[in-house]
Amino acid sequence: MTDLFSKFDPLIEQREALLKTGLTDPFNLVMEKVESPTVAVCNGKRTILLGTYNYMGMTFDPDVIAAGKEALDEFGSGTTGSRVLNGTYGGHKAVEQALKDFYAMDHAMVFSTGYQANLGVISTIAGKDDYIILDIDSHASIYDGCAMGNAQIVPFRHNDIEALEKRLKRVPEGAGKLVVLEGVYSMLGDIAPLKEMVAVSKANGAMVLVDEAHSMGFIGEHGRGVAEAQGTIDDVDFIIGTFSKSVGTVGGFCVSNHPKFEILRLVCRPYVFTASLPPSVVATAATSIRKLMDSADKRAHLWENSKRLHQGLRQLGFQLGTDEPQSAIIAVIMPDLEKGATMWEALLNEGLYVNLARPPATPAGMTLLRCSLCALHSEDQVGEILGMFAAAGRATGCIS
Amino acid sequence: MSDRSQTLAKVLELIEPFNKKGVAVSESTRFAQDLEWDSLTVLDFVANIEDEFDVIISMNMQAEIETVGQLVDALEKLKA
Repeated sequence: MTDLFSKFDPLIEQREALLKTGLTDPFNLVMEKVESPTVAVCNGKRTILLGTYNYMGMTFDPDVIAAGKEALDEFGSGTTGSRVLNGTYGGHKAVEQALKDFYAMDHAMVFSTGYQANLGVISTIAGKDDYIILDIDSHASIYDGCAMGNAQIVPFRHNDIEALEKRLKRVPEGAGKLVVLEGVYSMLGDIAPLKEMVAVSKANGAMVLVDEAHSMGFIGEHGRGVAEAQGTIDDVDFIIGTFSKSVGTVGGFCVSNHPKFEILRLVCRPYVFTASLPPSVVATAATSIRKLMDSADKRAHLWENSKRLHQGLRQLGFQLGTDEPQSAIIAVIMPDLEKGATMWEALLNEGLYVNLARPPATPAGMTLLRCSLCALHSEDQVGEILGMFAAAGRATGCIS
Repeated sequence: MSDRSQTLAKVLELIEPFNKKGVAVSESTRFAQDLEWDSLTVLDFVANIEDEFDVIISMNMQAEIETVGQLVDALEKLKA
């Protein structure tokens, strides 16, 4: 018998070699207690959270929690059904209305996760003989949506407008074209030149889908994302987003002004063939989304935090993913996985949690310590975080 | 020189800048195993091929192309 697991042997060996050095497993951390959006207890130690994507700190908002408790009492713990059968409650329609209001768009469709939103929309709208042209650094859920469908997949170099245009012009005449972009790329925290890319896509007859998972609630005047900030949102056909970052719960969505959009509810398999979100989740999401509409002060504070951390880390001598802060993600580039894991553990011992990111999630084989800030990180906490980076960086020899 | 041998010559020429290991390249050379290219190298190489021949080689097609000879065959088909 061939052991089907033998294909994982190289990864098993790499992992064992890393853990043999006595390092804490970076992919097996348990949050024993969560005190707030910015503090948890890990291994019995109070830890500042700097790797949660909880950008707007909505997870402990009193109104959000009250809405969830009320829905739990009134509608029960789960729907036990698909959206198209018994799984659409008032709360699901209410959260879709909140999204339509938030984005000022005609249609909103809620999925059980953000991953499923990309998987479903991309695999369904781009069919056989259509072309999907996407940035090479796209998220796994975008690639999986491509793999699940039957379209021709054409990647282009990250954020390269000319490379996108060349490929658009070579698509055979008459073929359908979908360009897939992200507002913020989550590994390095850099943003896309959406204004130019959307214009080039439209000029060549393509529909455009933008994943704004990491910008919702934070970037743009109304928190609608990078497309709003760059004044191109009206030309974007589909925006994909998630409830698991700024919204502070779980779920995914697509908003659009396409007149035939609602038909997706019948033909999109990752929407149809799965259970809908629990009533408490959609209630917390709807409440959170409506509060995010009116959060200009928090957005301003989050920018301040991001700028300060970026500048501070640079001054300490760390190499960062972007020259200037472009989002609430700041990626510290590590020389290799071993050094990255050592630094990650040193930070954890200082009382700081960040994400250790490594290939294949990262571009160009990089190992990253990825930091994502929260609007509820205080000025003092950002100062503390910089102190911890200084101490851990010196102890591990990452900085001098 | 036939069309196919011209295409092969051009492909070999475009491989050279990425042939860091100095592998002796023939039609049976495999991109992943023999040249040991990673995904970014593949992206850059494919972009150069696409620009040279003014074609699109989608990821779906790339999945079917393992060797230099198979790439030349695919290009001959795309140009036809």
